[in-house]
This record gives sequence, structure tokens and C-alpha cells, in this order.
Amino acid sequence: MQESPKYWKGIEELENSPEFLHNALSEFGALPMKEAHPSTDDTVAPRRDFLKLMGFGLAAATLASCEAPVRKAIPYLNKPEEVDPGIANFYASTYFNGQDYNSVLVKTREGRPIKVEGNPESPITRGGLSARGQASVLSLYDGARLQGFAIKGQPADKDKVDQEIRTKLASAGRIAIVSPTIISPSTKRAIADFAGRFGNVEHVMYDAVSASALLRANGGVVPGYDFSKASVIVSLAADFLGTWISPVEYAAQYIVNRKVSSDKRTMSRHFQFESNMSLTGSNADVRVAVKPSQLGQVAQAIYAGIVGGGAGSYSNPELTNAINELKAAGSAGLVVSGSNDANVQAMVTAINAALGTAAINAAAPSYLRQGDDQRMANFVSGIGSYGAVIFYHANPVYDHPMGAQLAEGLKRANLLSISFNDRADETTSLCQYQCPDHHWMESWNDYEPKRGYLSLAQPVITPLFKTRQAQESLLTWAGNPNTYYNYLRNNWRGVLGGNFQAGWDKAVHDGVAMGALLPAPAAQVAPAGQASAPAAKTGGYEVAFYEKVGLGNGADANNPWLQELPDPVSKATWGNYVSVPQSLAKEKGWEQGDVMKVKVANKEIELPILIQPGQAKGTIGIALGYGRTKAGMVAQEVGRNAYPMLTLVNGSLSYADVASLEPAGSREPLAQTQTHHTIMDRKPVVQEATLAQYIKDPKKVTEYDKISTPEGLEKPSKVSLWQDYEYKNHHWAMAIDLNSCIGCGSCVVGCQVENNVPVVGKQEVINRREMHWLRIDRYYSSDHHKNEFETEGKLGTYAAMEDPSDNPQVIFQPMLCQHCNHAPCETVCPVLATTHSTEGLNQMTYNRCVGTRYCANNCPYKVRRFNWFSYYSNEKFETVNGHMFTDLGRMVLNPDVMVRARGVIEKCSFCVQRIQLGKLEAKKQKRRPVDGEVVTACAQSCPTQAIVFGDLKDPNSRVAQIWRREDGERAFKVLDAINTQPNITYLTKIRNSKTSNFFAPEKEEKHAAKAEHHNA
Amino acid sequence: MQHVSPVRIPLVTGGKTYHDVTQDVCRQVEAKPNVRWMAALAVALFFLGVFIYSVYRTLWYGIGEWGLNKTVDWAWDITNFVWWVGIGHAGTLISAVLLLFRQKWRTSINRAAEAMTIFAVICAAMFPVLHMGRPWLAFWVLPLQNTYGSLWANFNSPLLWDVFAISTYFSVSLVFWYTGLIPDFATIRDRAKGPIARRAYALLSFGWKGGAKHWSRYETVSLILAGVSTPLVLSVHTIVSMDFATSVVPGWHTTIFPPYFVAGAIFSGFAMVLTLMLITRVVFKLEDYITLEHIALMNKIMMITGSIVGVAYITEFFIAWYSQVEFEQYAFINRATGPYWWAYWSMMTCNVISPQLVWIRRIRYSIPATFVLSIIVNIGMWFERFVIIVTSLHRDYLPSSWAMFSPSIIDIGIYVGTIGLFFTLFLLFAKFFPVINMAEVKSILKYGVDNGPTYGGPNTGAQQSTYRPTGAPASAPVNYNKHD
Repeated sequence: MQESPKYWKGIEELENSPEFLHNALSEFGALPMKEAHPSTDDTVAPRRDFLKLMGFGLAAATLASCEAPVRKAIPYLNKPEEVDPGIANFYASTYFNGQDYNSVLVKTREGRPIKVEGNPESPITRGGLSARGQASVLSLYDGARLQGFAIKGQPADKDKVDQEIRTKLASAGRIAIVSPTIISPSTKRAIADFAGRFGNVEHVMYDAVSASALLRANGGVVPGYDFSKASVIVSLAADFLGTWISPVEYAAQYIVNRKVSSDKRTMSRHFQFESNMSLTGSNADVRVAVKPSQLGQVAQAIYAGIVGGGAGSYSNPELTNAINELKAAGSAGLVVSGSNDANVQAMVTAINAALGTAAINAAAPSYLRQGDDQRMANFVSGIGSYGAVIFYHANPVYDHPMGAQLAEGLKRANLLSISFNDRADETTSLCQYQCPDHHWMESWNDYEPKRGYLSLAQPVITPLFKTRQAQESLLTWAGNPNTYYNYLRNNWRGVLGGNFQAGWDKAVHDGVAMGALLPAPAAQVAPAGQASAPAAKTGGYEVAFYEKVGLGNGADANNPWLQELPDPVSKATWGNYVSVPQSLAKEKGWEQGDVMKVKVANKEIELPILIQPGQAKGTIGIALGYGRTKAGMVAQEVGRNAYPMLTLVNGSLSYADVASLEPAGSREPLAQTQTHHTIMDRKPVVQEATLAQYIKDPKKVTEYDKISTPEGLEKPSKVSLWQDYEYKNHHWAMAIDLNSCIGCGSCVVGCQVENNVPVVGKQEVINRREMHWLRIDRYYSSDHHKNEFETEGKLGTYAAMEDPSDNPQVIFQPMLCQHCNHAPCETVCPVLATTHSTEGLNQMTYNRCVGTRYCANNCPYKVRRFNWFSYYSNEKFETVNGHMFTDLGRMVLNPDVMVRARGVIEKCSFCVQRIQLGKLEAKKQKRRPVDGEVVTACAQSCPTQAIVFGDLKDPNSRVAQIWRREDGERAFKVLDAINTQPNITYLTKIRNSKTSNFFAPEKEEKHAAKAEHHNA
Repeated sequence: MQHVSPVRIPLVTGGKTYHDVTQDVCRQVEAKPNVRWMAALAVALFFLGVFIYSVYRTLWYGIGEWGLNKTVDWAWDITNFVWWVGIGHAGTLISAVLLLFRQKWRTSINRAAEAMTIFAVICAAMFPVLHMGRPWLAFWVLPLQNTYGSLWANFNSPLLWDVFAISTYFSVSLVFWYTGLIPDFATIRDRAKGPIARRAYALLSFGWKGGAKHWSRYETVSLILAGVSTPLVLSVHTIVSMDFATSVVPGWHTTIFPPYFVAGAIFSGFAMVLTLMLITRVVFKLEDYITLEHIALMNKIMMITGSIVGVAYITEFFIAWYSQVEFEQYAFINRATGPYWWAYWSMMTCNVISPQLVWIRRIRYSIPATFVLSIIVNIGMWFERFVIIVTSLHRDYLPSSWAMFSPSIIDIGIYVGTIGLFFTLFLLFAKFFPVINMAEVKSILKYGVDNGPTYGGPNTGAQQSTYRPTGAPASAPVNYNKHD
């Protein structure tokens, strides 16, 4: 084969030396020049390399200095069967912290609890949930929790602690276990076992806010009230809708007879005699402001009227009415009293017995209060005789009037003191051994709130810290190696019957079961003497101590959600105050925020005053539960502690006393979320009518705005500049029954938890920048109305209308984004950050928002909230909104809802994430969502079902039915005349009293005369 | 038949020659900065520092540094915005509308007035940007392409109209102002001695040679820009007023707002022009150019617009009563008698009552009185915007949300800071730019042949300003005022 001729390009190719070949094959060749140092020292880097290295170094340093935090997402090695990332699991459990009992469902995402909801299976709380229950999920992630066992505050090994305690207990002699009310049968049994092992063990139960007298008058139990069976309710300062014994349960019962419709035009009648304006009092049909000392006389007068005997000195026409109506109601009458005076309670018991009331179920008394004030007082004064004391969730150094004495006693070196409390609180920090209990979400437990009604708590997360369940600690020390779970399970074997495993599984699944486990508590010793009213106190101002709806007795004070939950009546947050009647403030020239020295006996505290309409003349009110010093950074020094001012009278703590007030000369602003209190006769905002009017004609209780058109008066929606939206698939809407809303604020916290709404703290509330998406507007009635325009002049009347009555009627109105179909906010946003969805939602695109706040200005309902600061990173908010700053706290955030950045507007979304979830679930099953499947957080938490949410496109949904049925009767849209066409309809409040004081009375004759005049 | 107009008093007094005009105006530019100017600049720079600090706090920590709250979401920010935009109105009005109406007296004040417009609009523009929660995204209000799908600029929003209105106004005013400056820059260039000044003014004058074609184009462009600007005088504040008028807030939702705002803007604009001119005239010794007659004329315009505004205030009350809308009525009762009554009555006193003093001739021609009056009017107009914005918002529909507003130190800092910014710019302008339009002023000069050298001759100071209409020689300046 002949080779083709080859032409060489250069002499090198012809020679074809190996060096040439090497160079020919390398495409880019070598550098044309060698830049080595002339010294031929190879270790010196050439200039280019130096530049390269420097460039790399610069880039690397720059990159490294950029914040790129390492986040480890570790997949499951063995995925738990029931846990799917992105899908929430609900576990039935129970929340009880010594105050209110709630059967709950805990929502967990990827194994961490993020929300608590009411358990609809529960026959007691019926799906409702208190604000405290809602907020309790945050206490799981509270950074102030003790993270392990400790000896005198120094972390210690669990085994070492056990060993020391066991040794010391064996030689302790007299041992006391101090706890609040325990309704857990198994816990009680564990305590009994512990007592059996060591002997000489006393279990002292006390309630920070005690019902000792009530228990004494009723054989050691709280009567099994059922307000749904009562048509006449007389409450003597019992705040049963807000704080008294079991408010969620009572509210659910109470509301049964309060709801009205054109088919059921009846309502229970509710009289309230009280000195502080309570949540219950503000819901009453008739509220009479009396001094605490007069409550006994009121009880006596009722006693005299129903049972017989002398009527005492106090009389009031409304009291006479109450007595007459009670008499007429007979077994449908009920009297309850919040007094802690055994004499008063004895009279109340006798009255109820005489009435033969059906509203007390004798078979199912409540165990929710068992504290014995006298025993507790004896314990504290006799602390010297004890060898060991164990505190189980009890913090008497803070919340008992003899706390200081106890604190002294605890300092004794040979007194073994152990605390199970979850934090180094006022008592625990004085104890030798800190053996923190699990959070309730980390533990098994059982509860029997009422005889025959059981419920279970199950762990929903692995314990976050090295804590141990208190019962297990007791069992361990008593030498029982059993886990508390097995112990509890065994304890239940007797009650479930049948196939135990199946019954148990069902009980764990449902969270509730029927059966009685708790032994009946022993009757408390009644003090000597006969039932008679105590004499009225004289001198100074009578002070009534009370609990806040949110904070309760103060055990959960470190929860910022509760601190920022406005008091339902005063709308104050972050701290307590002295509530004084308007007349007193006027007389003395005191202004809101003036700091007063309050002196009760020899105890003195300084608190600002709040002028409270409805406060009985000559009385003041002070809330308990504030002024914590060792609860954690949130509660630190918020308000002042009023517990030391309580006194023991006749063996029970008295929540009333005589105080002197003296200006301290300084001022302290109060953080109220609402500072204007009257409705200014604005019927388009809220409407109210009396039951008599409603019975007469349901179509005349609501006033509708009409617009004049050439065709005559028309609904505002008929006159519109805009085209209407057409909803093809869903049309989400809400109905809020003002007759059912008691204003408890549970929905406010529920919304805050669900939607990651930040907490802003006291100063920012004072600056009027709270972030709540849902608020409850509270209006007081005024003595002055528009009908005085002609006589008093407009200016004077308007000024007078700003002042509430001395004892006003109250309306609560939950206010949230109205999801207007013609939304004023949507048209004004320059960047379309707020738009209308195809399902009727007014939606907010946070990422698109530039923060002009024009929408917030143009919102007639003022429901839009602006992120004034970066609430999750600005150090100003680290104390109050701390859960958004730490990895631990951030676990509580709902991953379905973003945390909003600084500078954007946010507002109620109708829980769009829940709507989406409901739609997806339904879609997977190829069906439409059924009514009740998609529920907003607020509607879910409402103990009285005042809020109903659903799809108007489903004609059978409850919301569609209410909209249809109530149209033209009670349904009204707020500010209808501006034609925003909200997707929320409110139902007119009906009050079962003679007059509704909110608006000027109709002058029918005059109107008629005018009309005639016109016709003529 | 021939009509002989009566003899008019010259618009520029002191018997100035062309050279005098050039000298008087250029002196400020060419001389070393004087102490008073330096002191004034130092004060202005201090307030500019306050502005920068306040803006830093706002940008770093958020709008929470201001006094706003959930109920009152706009307060000082938009008050200041509208106030500055209003002030920025007189410049265009003077230069454009008065040009179209051939009001020659405007020539000595229009330069400074236009500069004031530009600087006021710059100050005004700070607020819409700064008041945003996320000002770094301010460009989203422009209809630019984005990745947000259907979320684009919302043409229904009056805020978007604002963006267009203000930016158009600013650009047109800027071009108008600059066009007028070109011949004067050329004059300064020709006189400049230092190399930097010569180069700088050469650059600024765009190679102006003063040829007939240049002048012809200059006149044409001025006329066109005047024509373009005139509707802007009406449109800008009309659109600003729609921010309020299109809302549902009682006290904002008012159809009278556009004319009312325009009148108010001219009112406050003239007041600001007066304030500045009275100072400039003394500091730069320009008494012969800005005469008492000028001051009296501007006073009259101020009084008329002030009265229009007064009528608008009263009309609002009438309509509130006439409409029988409860919320509307309460909004106005609250305005006058509520917690912010003092703001309302400050506004009424400053804006409606005090300008009526101008009816008195002595006051109209009194410099101190005019100065005080102009300040009072500016205060009053600030209160007008405050009253409209804050008293309407703080008590609107739901009494539960009623709240009070009080400014934070940062609010105050930003406001006085923009005044610092304004004066910094104005002082720099007054030093480096010709504050009076030399070319146009020269066009209205006139003097008799007896008492005046013509071009370039020294002004001996012997001439009288009395005008003698006899026998003008060919060398005399062309008189554009064709009334003789």
C-alpha cells in the first residue's frame, strides 16, 4: 500500500522529535514563558499562581463570611408508620393545670406539637378550649423550663438525686406533698403508694384561687352544675364564663339556652351580682353592681325569698325580680356563688336545694377544686414539724398569702425539700432538689374532672429535656420499678370492662372514656356557726381580688400569648392594675394610669389605676396572678403580686377585704388594645335588641342601611361601581352570632397560634401596634344617645356619648378581616399585593407587599396589621417574642404559615392553609369537602360555637343555612352602607332584659306623627 | 383711532443696564462664598445630618421607629409629602402659566421659584419611598417585567397614579428649569476666570453660542415646555388628592379634593417662594430685581388661593351636613372639636384668616409682614395636611379602633431633615447657579437714551429710573414689552 505524500509544515514536524509530538498533542500548550524566580528556587510561587491564590483566597473568604448556616435535615432511618412529613397528626390528650380542664387534640407536625384544639368527643368541654389551653403548647417550648435534675440549682445526676432523696426520705419523719387540685386517679394512687411506703405522708391540696367554702357547703365536691338546664341563673360574683371552676364547660352549657332563632324565641335569664366587671357580668341580662360585703346580704335575701327567714338589709328592685323569677322558675332556677365564704355558700346550697334545681347533677359532681385552705394554712404554719416537703406543680411561695412564711420555713437545713415544678420558680428555687416533671405533652396521665367522666393524656413528643414524670419519681422513691404508663394502664383495668386492650385503645384514641376511678374526696370540715350573712365591712374601699381570663392564677404567667391576650372587659394587657369606679375617679380627680399605693392591712403594693365602668361604687378590683419574679423572662416583674394581701377568714381565703388608696405621685401607662369604649350610637357597626322585640317580630330587630336610588330605597349592594365576582366552586364565608359570643378570647389565642402571629410586648401595645389578626371589640353602653341632639346639641351629645354608663351593658364583637367582595384594600394597593381569590377570600401576598399601608388606612374595619419591626430578629422583642428567636421556641411555629418579614402587611387569611388542606383531602377522595371539614382556628376553638365557617356554595352547610335563615332577621353586615359586601355576617345580639341601652330608644309615636305630617 | 397706554412702572428698578444685570447676578457666582452663606450652609448641613440619621434608623429598624400605629398608618410621612409637593407647585405655575399669560414680572423670580420646585419635589419624593415598609422594593411600583405572574402594577391604585404624576412633573420641571439656565451658564462661562469654572460651566451650557437660531429654539422650547407644564400644575395635586378622595375613609372621601388641593398647593407654593425670595433678595442684594411690586402681586395670589382653600374647608362641612351621613358628619365634628381641635384651628387661623390681612395695602407692601405671613401660611398648610390625614384616620368607622397619633423623634427628625436637605440644595444652587434669569430679565429692561449708556458701559449711578418714552435710538435695547 502506498502512502500518500506527506507535507511537513516545519522542520520540527519533519524531524518528529518526541518533544514536538508532546507539544503537538497538547491543545493549549505550555505557557510561553517560564516565570520562575531567577534564583530557580522552585518553592517560590510564580506571580500568576500568587494572583490565582489570592483571588481564590479572597473569594473563599468572602463566601465564608456570608451567612450560610448549616441546617441538618436528617431523614428517618426507620420512618414511624403514622408520621408523614408535611401531614399533621392529631392525638387526643387532656390539659389540666389545676385551673381549668380541657379535653384536647394536640396537632403535631413531624413529631412536634404545634397547636392544641378542643376535643369534640368530650362530653364536658364539647370541642371548646380555653385561651390558656390554646396557649399551653408554647409552655412546652418555654426556655425557662428546667432541663434536668438538680441539687440546689446545680445540675445533678438523676440516680444520685434518687439515692440521696430515698435515704433522706427514709429518715424524714413527717412528709408533706403539696399540690394544687389533682384530678388524676392514677396520680392520687401513686401518692397513696408513696405514702404507704414511707408512712406519715400528708397530701395537702390547695388552690391558688380557692373554692374551699363551696366545697365545704357541698360535701367536698363542686356541685355538678349544668347551666343548660337552667332558665334563670343568678350568679353572686361567680365568673363562671371566664375564670370560675370550669369556664369552658359552663360556657358550652350556658349558651344552649342563650342561642335564639325565629323558631326558638326563648332565652335563659341571667342575673349577676358582683363588684368587679367580670366576663360573666358583662354577658348578664341584668347586672347589679354590689360591694363584696353585700354579696352575703344578697344571698340572704334570696335565701329569705326562696327558703324563708329574715331578708337582711340590702334591697334592690332587680334583686326582687331575681327572687321572683327564681321562684317562678322552680327547678329551672340556679344560684351560683363565687364567694369563698362558707356561710354564703351554705345559703346558696340551701337555695338550690329548696328550688330543687335540675341544673345540678348530683350524680356527677365536679372534682376540679379540692383545695382546703385551712389545711394548707396549717401546713405552712406548722412547716417546722415536717421533715420533708414535696411540691407537685405547686408554687405557694408565690401564690399563697403565707408564701413569705413558707419561704422562711424552707430555709431550714434539715428540711428535705423537693420540687417537681417545671421551672425554678419562686418555690422551686428555694428547694434542695429540683426534679422537674415532664410537660403534659410529654407524659401519660389520666383525669376525672367529674365523677364518671374519665380522660387521658398521652405523650405527643419525646421528652425534650432530661426530666422525669413526677408520678414515676414518686414510684421510684417508693421502690416501685414500674413505669407510670404501665401503672396507669393497670389502674384502668377495672373501669373499661370487656376487652381491655380494645377499650384502652379506644380511650387513648378518643381521649375520653366513661367510668369512675377517683375516690370521693373527703368532706371538708365546716366551721362552727350557723348560716348567716357576714356583717358589712366599713372604712376605706372594699377590694375584690379576681383572676384574669387569660392568665388565671398566674401559673402560666411566662406565656407571652396569655400576657398579651387582652382582658375581655378592660382590654388591658401586660400587667395588673387597680380598677376603680368612674365616679370615684371623677370625685378624686384621678386619671387612668395614675399609680396608687394600695394598702390592705399591713401589705402595700403600687399599681396604676384603670377606670372601670361597672365597678361597684366604693369598691376596687385587683387581679391576682401577676408580679412573678422567677417564672421566666416574659413574666418577670409584669404587674404586682397581690396574693400576699389575701387573708384567711373562718378557714377559707377571703378574696375581699378593705383597702386604702393613696396616689403615689407617679404614672404608669396601661397597655390597652382598645381605648375608646362606647359605640357612639353607630348601628351600622353593631346591633342589639331585646328579647321582647325579637319575640314580637324577628324581622324588626335589625336595622338595614338603604340607599336612595331612582327606583326607591335599595340595598347598598344594588348600587355598585364594580362588577361582582363569580364564584364557581367555593365561596367561603362566616357567620358570627353576637348572642353566642361571650368574649372569652379563646379564638384570639387560637388564631395567634395557628398563624404565627408575633407578640409585641407592653410598649408596643401602648403604641397601639398589637398584631392580633382577630380581636374582640368590646363596647359599653352610654347614658347619652343621638336623641339628645335636638336638646343638648350635637357637639355636646357626641362628647357625652364617649363616656360609658356607670354600670353599662356590654357587647362583644369578634372583628377580623371581613373578606369583602368589594374590598377597599384591594383597589388601592399599588403592587397588587392584596387580591381577591376565586373562592371569595381576600388574600395577602406577603412577598409582593412593599408596605405602603394604604390598604390598612382604607380598611374600614381596621383589621390589617403592619410589621413595624422585624419581630423575629429585632432584639427589642427577644423577651416577649422569644419563641421566634430560639431553635427550641421556633418548634411551635406552624410550618404551613410563613413568619412575616418586616415591612409587610398581614391579616386574617380565613386560615387559608386549613382550607387548602380540606380541599386536598376531599380531592384525594374525589369528593367535595363536607361541611365542618374545613374550619378556621377561631371557629374551632370557640367554646360556644359563636363562629361558624363554611362554604356558601354548599346549600346545606351550616353557614349557608344561617345566612339564608337569618337574612332579614338578625343577619347584618358591618358597615353595610359602604358596600364592601363582607363575607362575614353578624347576627344581632338579643338581650333578655327590659331595655337595650346601646341605642336611643325608638320614639314610635313621634315617628308616626312625623310620617302623618309628611303625608299631610 | 389709537389707544395710548398709560406709562407703566418698570419691572426692574434702579436703572439697571444689561451689564449691571450681568454683574449683579454673576457676582454671587464668581465671588468667594461669604460668611453668611457659609453659616447658612452649615446649619442646613446639620439638618441634613439629622435627616440622614433618621433615615438610617428608619431603614435599619423599620417604620416602627415612627409614631404610626394600627389605626393611623400614615401621618407625618404623607403630611410632609403633600406639603412638599404643594410647595413645589409655585415654580411651575410662575414659569409656565405666567409665561403663557405673558406676565413679564415673573422673569426675575422664575429661576429661583423653579429651583425651589425641583428641590421641593426631591424632598417630597423622599417620603413615598421612605414610608414604605420595604423601600428597597420601591421599584415594584413601576410597571416593569417581573416574575410574579399576574401580580403587576395595579392601575386602579391612586398611589400608582402618584408615581406617574410626580415623576412626570419632576422631569418636566427639571428640563424646563435647565433649559432656562443654559444661556446664563454660557454667560458665566464666558466670564469665568478659573479653569475649573470655565470647563464646568462650558459643560453645563451645552455649547451655547447665543446665535439667533439658538435663541429661536430656546424660545420655542420654553413655550412648548410651558404648554406641557401647565396641565401638570393642575394634574399633580389633583392626583395627589385622589390618594384620599378615592378612599372610603370619612374625611378623605370627598369630590372637592382636586380643586381644593390645587388651590392649596399654589397657596403654599407662593408662600414658600415669598419666604425664599425675601431672604435671597436681601442676602444677594437683588432688591432692584425683586421689587415691592413683585411682593405685592404674590401676596395677592396668596390671598386669593387662601380664600379658595377657605371656601373649600367650609364646603366640606356643608357637604357633611347635607349628605346626612353619620360617619362623615362625625369626622368633621371631630376635626373641629375632637382631640385634635388645636390642629384644625391652627390650620383655619393660618390659612384662612391670616392671608386676609393682605387686603390692607400697608401689609401687602411690607416686607416683614409678608415674611411672617408666608411662614404662617406654610405652617398652616402643613397643618392642613396633618388635619386631613390624621384626624380622619384616628377616628373612622369602628370606635374600637380609635387611637391617637403622636410623632416620634424620628418622625420629627425626618421632617426637619428634609428642610435641611432643601436648604442645602437651595444654598448650593444660590451660590453656583445664577439665581435670576439674566437673559430674560434683560429682555424687560428699558431706559431712556438720556440716562444711560448702552451695552457694557459703566453704571455711574447717575441715572434715574423714571421712564422717558421719547425717541429711543437704534442702539437702545429692543423692548419686547410692546405697550408703547
